[in-house]
Parts: sequence; C-alpha cells; structure tokens
Amino acid sequence: MTIRRLLIANRGEIAVRIIRAAQELGIHTIQVFSDADANSLAVKLADEAVNIGGAQASKSYLNVSAIIEAAKSTKADAVHPGYGFFSENADFADAVVAAGMIFVGPSGDTIRLMGDKVSARQVAEKAGVPTVPGSDGRIENIEEARAVADKTGFPVMIKAAAGGGGRGIRIVADMAEFEHQAPQAKAEAEAAFGDGGLYIEKVIESARHIEVQVLGDGENVIHCYERECSLQRRRQKVWEEAPAAVLPANVRDKLCQAAVALAVSVNYKGAGTVEFLYDDMTQDFHFIEMNTRIQVEHPVSELICGIDLVREMIRIAGGEPLRYAQQDIVPRGHAIEVRINAEDPAKDFMPFPGVVSELIAPGGPGVRFDTMLYAGYAIPPFYDSLLGKLIVWDEDRNGAIIRLQRALNELKTEGVKTTKSLFIALAADEDVRNARFDTRWLEGWLEKNKAKLGE
Amino acid sequence: MANKQVLSPLPGTFYRKPTPDDPAYKSEGDSVAVGDVIGLVEVMKSFHEVKSDAAGTVSSFLVENEDAVMAGQPIVELSD
Repeated sequence: MTIRRLLIANRGEIAVRIIRAAQELGIHTIQVFSDADANSLAVKLADEAVNIGGAQASKSYLNVSAIIEAAKSTKADAVHPGYGFFSENADFADAVVAAGMIFVGPSGDTIRLMGDKVSARQVAEKAGVPTVPGSDGRIENIEEARAVADKTGFPVMIKAAAGGGGRGIRIVADMAEFEHQAPQAKAEAEAAFGDGGLYIEKVIESARHIEVQVLGDGENVIHCYERECSLQRRRQKVWEEAPAAVLPANVRDKLCQAAVALAVSVNYKGAGTVEFLYDDMTQDFHFIEMNTRIQVEHPVSELICGIDLVREMIRIAGGEPLRYAQQDIVPRGHAIEVRINAEDPAKDFMPFPGVVSELIAPGGPGVRFDTMLYAGYAIPPFYDSLLGKLIVWDEDRNGAIIRLQRALNELKTEGVKTTKSLFIALAADEDVRNARFDTRWLEGWLEKNKAKLGE
Repeated sequence: MANKQVLSPLPGTFYRKPTPDDPAYKSEGDSVAVGDVIGLVEVMKSFHEVKSDAAGTVSSFLVENEDAVMAGQPIVELSD
C-alpha cells in the first residue's frame, strides 16, 4: 500500500522536515497542532492542518485519542511520529495500526523489545554485539547485584530496569558505597516506576558516543555509517558529526556490521540508530541502546551518504523494499550539525522563548539550516528549546569546521538568545578542532569557559 | 491597604506544587514573606521557582495549577 495522506504527529523543525520529504513524494500532508502552534511553520507548509488541543503537550501531542481522531477525520492513511513525543511509544504505534493506518516506523513489538533496556541488551548479546559489562538480565535482589558489581569491577552504574532518559541511575565508586546505595536504588525504583528491578553496568570512564544509522525494510538492512555525538551537556547532544574522526577503518567496519547484525536479528523495518560507547584507548565498543525512530542528528548522515533518510522511511512504511544495497552507500566528506536552541549560554542555558523579530538564515555552499523559525515567529514556552539545526558539509573535517564558523556568523535571530555563541567558541577550540573529547569533555569545558559565552 | 500581586517572571506552565504528590507551596490564607516560593513555572522543559517580591497573606490564586501563563501575568494576590 502506498501512502497518500500522511498525518504528522509532531511539531517544530522535525514536522517541517517530514512535510518536505512527504511533499516530494507527492503525498498530501496533514499537520496536527496545539493551541500554541497555530502559527507554526509546519502548519503554514502542510497541505492541511488540524487542531488537537491545548498548549501543553499532555493535552495535544501526547493525547493518543485526539491524534487518532484527527487522523480518522482527515482520512489519513499513515502517521509519522517524528522524534520525541510518541515516536517510541509501542502502544501508540499499535493504536495507529488498530485504527487501520500505517505507523511510519517499526512495529509496536519491535519498539517494545528495544525500548526495554534488559531485553534490548539480550537481543544485542544474541546477535553477537558487545555490550557494556554488567548483569545478564534484570536483578531482583541486592545479593545478586553485589555479585555482578564484584565481577565487573568499579565504578558501576545501578540502573532501574524500568527507568529511562537518565532517570533512576546511580553511579557508585566502591563496594562500601554500593552497600549503601543499592537498597535505596531498589526502593526508589519501586516508588518511581512501580518496578524494583535493577541492572548493573560498569562505568566506562572515558567514552565517546558513536552511533550507527540503519535502514531496514523488514528483510534487508543497510547502514549509513556512523555519527559521533560526544559533545553533550547534561546528557543532551549539542554537536554531532559524521564520520567519527577517531575511528580506524577496521573498527568502523566492525561497528557498522554489529549494528546491521542487531537490526537484522529483529527484522528491523524503518530508520533506526544503534548507539555505542567507544573507548578510543582500547578501541572497544559497547552497545548501549537502539532508538527505533528518526533522530535529531540524522542530517549529518544524509549529507555524507547522499540519501534522504526521512523520504526512505516513508517509502519503506508504504511497502517499498529498500532501494539501496550496502555498496550503493558511499560516504564522502565530513558533516557537522549544531543544535540552535532558545537558551542563553551566558546564563547557564536559561530557556529564552520570545519573538524572533528578524531572521537571517545561513546559506551558501555546503550549508543546510533545518528550522521552524521565520521572521516574526513567537517561540512558545511549552516545548523543548530546539529552534533549528545548522548542518554543514565539506570535503574534510577541517573544512567543515571553517564552513561552520562562516555559517554561524551569518545566522541572526534578533529578539532571542540562542546557543550560537557556544558553537562559535567550540569551533575555535583546539581540542574540538583536533577531535580530542569524550562524553564528559563539554561539561568540564563549560566550567572553564563560561566567560567566552556572552554575545 | 491595597492588594499586591506576584507576577510570573516567565511564560510557561504554572504549578502550585513541587511534585504532583507534594502539598501546594502556598494556599489561600497562608502568610507569605519576601522570597518565599509560591509556585513553579515550567518553560521549555525546565522548572523555575516563582518567588514572592512582597509580604502578605494569600487572598487568592489568579491562575489554576497547570495553567498556561504569560511573562508578567499576575499569579497570586496578597493582602496585608
């Protein structure tokens, strides 16, 4: 079945991105919107738009029945969830299918399987993909947890099996601390998630975050190489690039093969990302999780591979087989994405909603700006702070950084503070220029360089 | 004496409690000192305390828990 009418169950820049891909495929686009988003760029660009409720996400973008009702009333035949909101919600995927429509993404069962940390880890191990040393499955009691921690060595992370998004995690340095923290972790997991199941993972002290983009049609899976997203603040990625500068060719091959093996083992359908921690001293990589959706940073892979991932995931959802074999994906050059957020870097990244009185969008060779902004747009305070993604491509990493600096200097968003000044400082930093960082580097750098971030 | 109002410093969603399971920061009839927290405003997924810049007794809340608020919107009315 080919998709003819696609409902976009999301907002912001990703809604705009999906509308563009769908319109190029000749698909009629239907944008849902909350009371706060009536004037959004996505609403202006879509062929049709439907109000689904109040400003707060819980009343609109996280209201299953309102979205399904909107899809039915507009005769949509498919729903694209974007990222965030319902993109990794198995029950939502099932509800879309139960209402007789296509969910653009993997099945509810695949989302469920990969969304549970313990079952995802088991899938990885079964597929021969290295995981972070730790417990084999969920652990119900403290004695078992102690035995695992003793075996993997410290420091270890105690995680709630039902947790997620950085919640329910404790890091302990030695056995004495472990004895103190483990019972608390269990009690807290029971209280917060109604599930006292824990699992234990060794902490990799200096790790880089490297992830592999995969694309599957339910039978075949290809990869679109890797992205490095080590520059993070409070576990949120701020700067992503492809390829990963430090990866030796033989390790890159192994890493990408591991991601494909994992996706093949679950008959993966759609676009997905397999995330790893990489230790560049030992060249070991460890599976951490799989995201069963399109990701914010997908454009860097698109730019080096020359393929439109959002368009492909819509084609696959519509029933087409993969249009590419692995050898068709030939990476070229280097791409970098930075997240332009409505935050004031000079004031500890305080959110800065407001009206963009004037906008100059960067452009020119090798520059792409995926954004929800337009001049006069009032940024609502109810959602996350991402305004757009500035993505650059050039023949090599050094060239890409120079191009990034040029593009950042072009960007003007009068009336609101953004993270632009952070990226101007980072692009000039020696460690960044030499790709010398791990997932903790940026937090330390911010402590030392706060003064550089005033605009 | 004239009534005083505490204004929301930010646009977003107003909460009267620190978490859904906790009691409200302040209720009608409670006395408020300068600097007391009277609620939270969630803006772009981060939470900010609303502190009173006046002292008095809460005569009424002008917005409900979880209401959308604008920057500068009166949240609570205090009487002497």
